[in-house]
Amino acid sequence: MPEILSAPLVVEFPFTRSLGPVRSAFLTGLRERVVLGVRTRDGRVLVPPAEYDPYTAEELGELVPVAATGCVTTWTWNPRPLPGQPLGTPFAWVLVRLDGADTALLHALDVPGPQAVRTGMRVHIRWARRRTGAITDLACFEPYDGPPGQPGRYDGEFTDLVTLLNAPARLDYTYSPGRAQTRYLRALAEHRITGERCPRCRKVSVPPRGACPTCGVASEEEVTVGPRGTVTTFCVVNIKGRDQRIEVPYVYAHIVLDGADLALHGRIAGLPCDQVRMGLRVEPVWSGDGRHPDHYRPTGEPDAGYQTFQGRW
Amino acid sequence: MEPPQVAVVAYARSAPEEDTAGLSEAELLLPVLGEVLQQAGLRPGEPEFTCSGSSDYLAGRPFSFTLALDAVGAWPPIAESHVETDGAWALYEAWVKLLTGEARTALVYAHGKASAGEPERVLSRQLDPYCLAPLWPGPEALAGLQERALIDAGELAEPAPGKGPPAGDGAAAVVLAAGETARRICGRPAWIHGIDHRVEPQALGVRDLTDSPSTRLAAERAGAYRASVDVAELHTPHPAQEVVLRKALALGADAEVHASGADPLMVAGLIRLGEAAARIHRGEAGRVLAHATSGPCLQQNLVAVLEGERG
Ligand SMILES: [Zn+2]
Repeated sequence: MPEILSAPLVVEFPFTRSLGPVRSAFLTGLRERVVLGVRTRDGRVLVPPAEYDPYTAEELGELVPVAATGCVTTWTWNPRPLPGQPLGTPFAWVLVRLDGADTALLHALDVPGPQAVRTGMRVHIRWARRRTGAITDLACFEPYDGPPGQPGRYDGEFTDLVTLLNAPARLDYTYSPGRAQTRYLRALAEHRITGERCPRCRKVSVPPRGACPTCGVASEEEVTVGPRGTVTTFCVVNIKGRDQRIEVPYVYAHIVLDGADLALHGRIAGLPCDQVRMGLRVEPVWSGDGRHPDHYRPTGEPDAGYQTFQGRW
Repeated sequence: MEPPQVAVVAYARSAPEEDTAGLSEAELLLPVLGEVLQQAGLRPGEPEFTCSGSSDYLAGRPFSFTLALDAVGAWPPIAESHVETDGAWALYEAWVKLLTGEARTALVYAHGKASAGEPERVLSRQLDPYCLAPLWPGPEALAGLQERALIDAGELAEPAPGKGPPAGDGAAAVVLAAGETARRICGRPAWIHGIDHRVEPQALGVRDLTDSPSTRLAAERAGAYRASVDVAELHTPHPAQEVVLRKALALGADAEVHASGADPLMVAGLIRLGEAAARIHRGEAGRVLAHATSGPCLQQNLVAVLEGERG
């Protein structure tokens, strides 16, 4: 079995989230170096604040400032920080109950090693120099042996409230297409188009995916198809896609290659758009070192009859 | 009308040692689905309901669960559903479907392709997007906080000696059947006495990480405490979590407990349910508890009680 192909795949997704009144005040507070909690009906102060009581589901809104000092309620050592984490050097993940709060907040504690951390130790906030209204305005915690801090100053209002959170994320993957599509892509590199025949219904799928999608059984018998084929259906594209290099109008078609039972997609060129038709016989045109045909062009053969491709869309 | 009794009648999983790196969803699933359907004497496409569990985030492939349908024999069109979590929750949905009487058989499967990405980063995306996700803590880090809380509470002596190799890629499947259909398919059906799933508050700092009230409630509603179980199959993404689950499920030191090792993500919980059923199929046990979890520090918990034929 030749090695399965793989390639890097990066997925990036920028989310913009609206914050609502409680989180808006909390994150604006961090920008102003004030930590706010929210008081529940039974008098507990939740930090970070929640919009609804996690136990009673009651709506919450009484914001109260707490101190920037507190104690570690549990911790774990992080020997290899990953991209995006609060510190680039090894640190401890900690849950910290700030003085004046009843619940704990997750963040990083900057200490040289695990021997410098214990549950119950006193810590205080190290603020980020540049603050925008995000949990990362709290750069990290650091050990602290002074007296409990005073609650931050909050008179019930902030000017220039943060109402949106931009949350970009990037994930890195290694994409592999599987055995069947690896075989398909390797054959394409030799300008050969292949499919796989289903052992049950005998249909040839192009491109092959290792299984007959109709029968749900493995398809491993490789079949070379084409190179010629028949246009089964098509459309004329008149709107240029963003970053697209092909000039409009062009024809995008389903082409069933000779010997295949499933049509693949391709662009038709070499004749005016208004002359493309169902039944048109075409062949692939390869250009440069592209793995896929650049487009398909007419072969000049007589058109294929409707019955020859009916049902093989 | 009384709802029918529903049983797990077949179970298969990919071999843990198998080299599955780089396989497509369909290629990962085909041998497992082939085996489970053969056990149940059903053809591809024949189960009256199909439900799967997986997460597109693991391999970064949008709608990868639709690619998996290539392995199912989905034409003519089948009745099909998907959950974006562990396959144990797909089993729950299929169980409910069979209870309604709308289907007599169901295929449930799960696949996980975590090797394509970095689970410690990928799974941080499921956390609270305001206060947690921007810090990128992964499930291992959060489980470490839970482990320390157990040590501080005197419930665990020392940190667990590492987790061993990370979970590979894999797949698992079960077939459910109702009433007489189950008896026809399987000599010893594993009847589902009850299943329930419950969730903890999402903020970690609000929870007592040494306890699992959601597991306790799910177990109560699944009927777990009505009689003792012969075996418990526990889904423990981190070894220290076994302590929390034993306590919540009232499993004594003498109880036979099997905790999941490095089973594939999104599949591990369904594997626990399948292994529990297989013990009944083989006649080794009469009453088995199966547990599945999802999210950080045992955030969501599903408990099922399976029983052999009485009398
Ligand atoms: Zn077929």
